[in-house]
Amino acid sequence: MKKKNLLAIALVFVLSLTLILSGCGNGSGSSSSDSSSSSKDSSSSSAALSGKITIGGSTALQPLAAQVAKEFMEKNPDVQIEVQGGGSGTGLSEAQDGNFDIGMSDVFAESKSNIDAKALKDYQVAVVGMTAAVNPKAGVKNLSKADLQKVFTGQVKNWKEVGGKDLKITLVNRPDGSGTRATFDQFALDNKTPAEGITQDSTNTVKKIISETPGAVGYMALSYFTANDTSVTKLSIDGVEASDDNVASGKFPVWAYEHMYTKGEPSKLVKAFLDFMMSDAVQTKDVPAQGYLSVKNMKVQRDAEGKQTDK
Amino acid sequence: MKIGKMVTDAAPASSSRSKLINEKGFFSRLTDRTSESRGKLLIYGSALLMIVAVTAITLFLTVQGLRSFVVDRLNFWTFITGTEWFPDRAENPSFGAFPFIFGSMAVTFLAALIATPIAIGTAIFMAEIAKKWGAKIMQPVIEILVGIPSVVYGLIGLSIIVPFMRQHFGGTGFNLITGAIVVGIMILPTVASIAADSIRAVPDSLRQASYAIGATKWQTIWRVVIPAAGSSLLTAIILGMSRAFGEALAVQMVIGNVGKIPTSILDPSATLTTIITLSMGHTTTGSLLNDALWSLGLILLLISYVFIVIIRFIGKRGEKR
Repeated sequence: MKKKNLLAIALVFVLSLTLILSGCGNGSGSSSSDSSSSSKDSSSSSAALSGKITIGGSTALQPLAAQVAKEFMEKNPDVQIEVQGGGSGTGLSEAQDGNFDIGMSDVFAESKSNIDAKALKDYQVAVVGMTAAVNPKAGVKNLSKADLQKVFTGQVKNWKEVGGKDLKITLVNRPDGSGTRATFDQFALDNKTPAEGITQDSTNTVKKIISETPGAVGYMALSYFTANDTSVTKLSIDGVEASDDNVASGKFPVWAYEHMYTKGEPSKLVKAFLDFMMSDAVQTKDVPAQGYLSVKNMKVQRDAEGKQTDK
Repeated sequence: MKIGKMVTDAAPASSSRSKLINEKGFFSRLTDRTSESRGKLLIYGSALLMIVAVTAITLFLTVQGLRSFVVDRLNFWTFITGTEWFPDRAENPSFGAFPFIFGSMAVTFLAALIATPIAIGTAIFMAEIAKKWGAKIMQPVIEILVGIPSVVYGLIGLSIIVPFMRQHFGGTGFNLITGAIVVGIMILPTVASIAADSIRAVPDSLRQASYAIGATKWQTIWRVVIPAAGSSLLTAIILGMSRAFGEALAVQMVIGNVGKIPTSILDPSATLTTIITLSMGHTTTGSLLNDALWSLGLILLLISYVFIVIIRFIGKRGEKR
């Protein structure tokens, strides 16, 4: 009985201590950042920023956002940026509800229902190209768009029918609503519905399945095809190689913007982060390093309906 | 446990001091360690919290899950019996959840089929044959197995069972039986440890009576112990099945996630949980697909209620006997 009593007292003590400490921490933290920001304001011309930004959504864009956020925080020590995943749909919904300062999405907000695209401000921060990935045993390196559509809609069941080896075709899809799937369906399959196939969300798993399963075909972002990697074959469409240059010049059709959405006009802090995101330092270094194309290199542009025009 | 003991310990003390307590105010009644009201408040409070939580989850899921029928005007009957799941199709999207309901059921029953004989065998070994060794070594080992996170089972399935299936049975290796094997291994320890407890609960007098009329050890186990533990063993299996039914991550990694009714156990399939985890993040709140996924969640909840009802029913029947 006594032991229990002691334990209870100790527990209460520890609990109250943590409460007090955390309270103190918050108080001192905010006051110190306040004072430092005000002192910097008076001393230096480059206005010091402080505050917190929450970014969330597309997992495809997450690594780039995290990298840029890290650099931004190194430059502005009083700024805290939190980068979460959750998927493009989550990113758009939470940005609209104001829970995320920036919502990341692989698709235009216009293409999602229950999102008021006019209330959101679109920042196209990068471009991602993608193409079909084929198991090397299938023996195909290039397909016409019509043949590619036959393969994905299930009209053709064997690779020999489109000029490959005698091997059964196994489809690897992405989940419904996924940005990668939406882009591939729209620009490679011309809005035809792909047949049912194995469905996986993560690109690494998709790549693993395609490389291990004879006759498997799927699709993924160009950054996942590395130069000396022969585990999967990067498919050319209509004889056009899926390269960064061809995407930039508009010859290769399967690409999409990576978006960052804010609800209305962004605050000063968020605007500063987005400006940094679009700056040459990020666009020429981090964006290619993470496997994306810079928006600045694009010679063509696209609107929400997918109409392509020269820039 | 701790609270219960405190209250029983406090009971005699409070009876002698009952007058004193009655004179105290409300606040000191709650802070007094020996007071009845404090114990009552703690216990009633936790019970109430449980009830509120269960009701709130059910209500929330029901409201969200019914949206697709009430707001989006999907037909409930075609939703649960339809076999075509093409929510993103440009023209005439269709929401038929039957392949997922079927897939969930198939994985659950196949997993139970794989796990049950092994689990009950292990339980008999632990509780009847090697009692000391079983309690000292097997029990902790099985408890460790229960604690392994499901993603680990999924990874093992993805890197060992899937390639094995591909080499020996052809196809991609992602199929119904792979999923069932992975989940079966997962629920094995759960079923085994509950089954062992129920075998231990069989009174020794039954065993002694069996030996006394000349039965061998095996005859005693098969004819006396297992029938006596019968309903609790069934409960163990169904608890394992309800765990299998709710499993998402491990299954998603190995089952292939194809929204079609499998024609054989070597066909890829999908379950209610895998389609929810795969698609939920890509949908926007309140969109049709999002609502449909909530409806799948509601179906999942209803079916797990059915499992609970079955467990209660078996338990009651066991008591009557």
